[in-house]
Parts: sequence; structure tokens; C-alpha cells
Amino acid sequence: MTQVKSLADLRRIKENLQGKMSLRENSNNPESLVQIRVAMATCGIASGAKQVMEFFIEELDKRNIQAVVTQTGCMGYCFAEPTVEITLPGQAPVVYGYVDINKADSIIEKYIKNGELVDGIIPVNYETIQK
Amino acid sequence: MKDLSMHIMDIVQNSLSAKATMITIEIIENMDEDSYVINIKDDGIGMSREFVSTVTDPYVTTRTTRKIGLGIPLLKQNAERTGGQFTIDSEEGKGTKVKAEFIFMHPDRLPIGDIAGTVVLLCAANPNVTIHYHHVTNSGEYNFDTTEILETLDGISISEPSVIKFLKEMINENLQMIGISR
Repeated sequence: MTQVKSLADLRRIKENLQGKMSLRENSNNPESLVQIRVAMATCGIASGAKQVMEFFIEELDKRNIQAVVTQTGCMGYCFAEPTVEITLPGQAPVVYGYVDINKADSIIEKYIKNGELVDGIIPVNYETIQK
Repeated sequence: MKDLSMHIMDIVQNSLSAKATMITIEIIENMDEDSYVINIKDDGIGMSREFVSTVTDPYVTTRTTRKIGLGIPLLKQNAERTGGQFTIDSEEGKGTKVKAEFIFMHPDRLPIGDIAGTVVLLCAANPNVTIHYHHVTNSGEYNFDTTEILETLDGISISEPSVIKFLKEMINENLQMIGISR
């Protein structure tokens, strides 16, 4: 039978990561990273926010985009769950609603990579465009 | 909610809103007594006696974005639907303890779902909170504690994708060893 994974294996992963860490030390300032907050209250969880959050964590890593993925509470858009707030460095946060795996994929490809807006934005403020 | 791990994620969010720094998630499967118990304890700000007595009412919530709070009522309903019980004890300044007891073999007892993924996501999203996960079955028990994980990681973030993936596999393998029911 194969050995069950233990903390000793975790130590190996840590050492491996420490090697890579120094390479990206200079980008460790959270302001310079993409920040993703997945709404995870009752409404979000019930409509699948966990899968969306796991998708973001895995895919951003695979596609080599450095980002911070965290959870937040209910933003009051329960009808549009799962909702995700994305803050690109130096920009105002944008909230996307009805985010499933496909939507999350196009958010990564279009919005996070290229800054193109994707359908399904929930307007969270009422700022007008100043001439 | 489709499974118990989603309820756990939900109740733990309440603990986090209550500024908890230490959260214990305990699942006790007792086949002999046909009982399946979920305990969630935290050291958050707690609730007053009056608030505790009203908290299972869906029209009571602390949130300000809307007037409905369904997390606790849904868990209570699912526990009671199997013939089980739901209790919540809280003391202001000390913390809160939520207990949901299900009848193990009842057809309405929800499956546990992806408990490993749930625990790991909670740890990764809240690296400053100590999370202890304890799972007991008739053939053994498993303990997962973020304190020893953070010690082992020695400065490396628990939110690193490769760490998250590893921890999920580690928990799943250990849970398989003690034969948790799905």
C-alpha cells in the first residue's frame, strides 16, 4: 500500500517553493497583484462559489498569473451568485455576477490578461463619467 | 445546500465575521448509535442570550445588505429533517458553539461532500486564523491543525496553489484511512 501523505512531504514542497520564491520576491507587494474576492455567504456557497474559487486558484497558477484569491461575505447580490470582485492593480474593483467555471475562464482570459470587460458586470457604484 | 461541507463552510463564515482567531470543526460519525454530529466552535465575540434565542429565525441576521439570514435556519432544518437536533450556545466575549446532530442512516442525511477542499480553502483564505479539524469514525480519527502546518511551512504562504493542492490530497488520503462515510 502507498504511504499516506504527511507533514514530511509538505516540508519537501516548502523547500521546493523556497527555491522559486526568491525569483518573485520583488512582486510580493499585494498592490501589484490581481486581487480576487469570491463572495462566500450562504447564497454564494449554495450556488457553487467554492468550485469557482478553486478554479481561480488552480487556473491562475497554471496560467502563471500571480493573484491573491480570498473570500468575502455577501455583497447583497444574492440573485446573481456566485459573484466575484476583481481588482486589477491600480484600477477600481469590478464585480461580476453569475460566475460559473466558463465565465471564470473568460474573466481570466479577457479581463485579467487583457483588461477587456466581460459581460455580467454588476454596477456597484453610481459614479458618472466626468467630462 | 447540497452537502454538509457547504453547511460547514457557511457556519465557519459566521465565526469569521465574529472575529474568531481559533475555529474547531469536529465531525463525529458513530455508526453504532446511528448518529452523525457536526460541532463548530469558535472564540469570536459571541452573542447575547436574547440574540441566540432568535438566531434560528430566518428573519434575523447581522448583515446590513439584506434582512434575511438563512445559514443557520437551513442547517437546523436539514438536521431536524433526519430526526436530529440543532443547538447553538454562545457567550458574549467567549465565543460560540454550534452543534448539528443528524441520524446517520436516515435517507435525508446529506453526504459530507468535499470536506477536504472546504477545510483547505478556509485555511488558505484566512491564514491568520487557526483552524482545527477533527474527524472521528468507528475505525479511527484524524486531526488537522493549521498550527503545525504553518510551522512546517516556515514562512511560505498556506495560500500557495501547490500547498493548497497538497493539503487537500493529504486530508483526503487520511480521511480515506479512517473510512469516512460519504
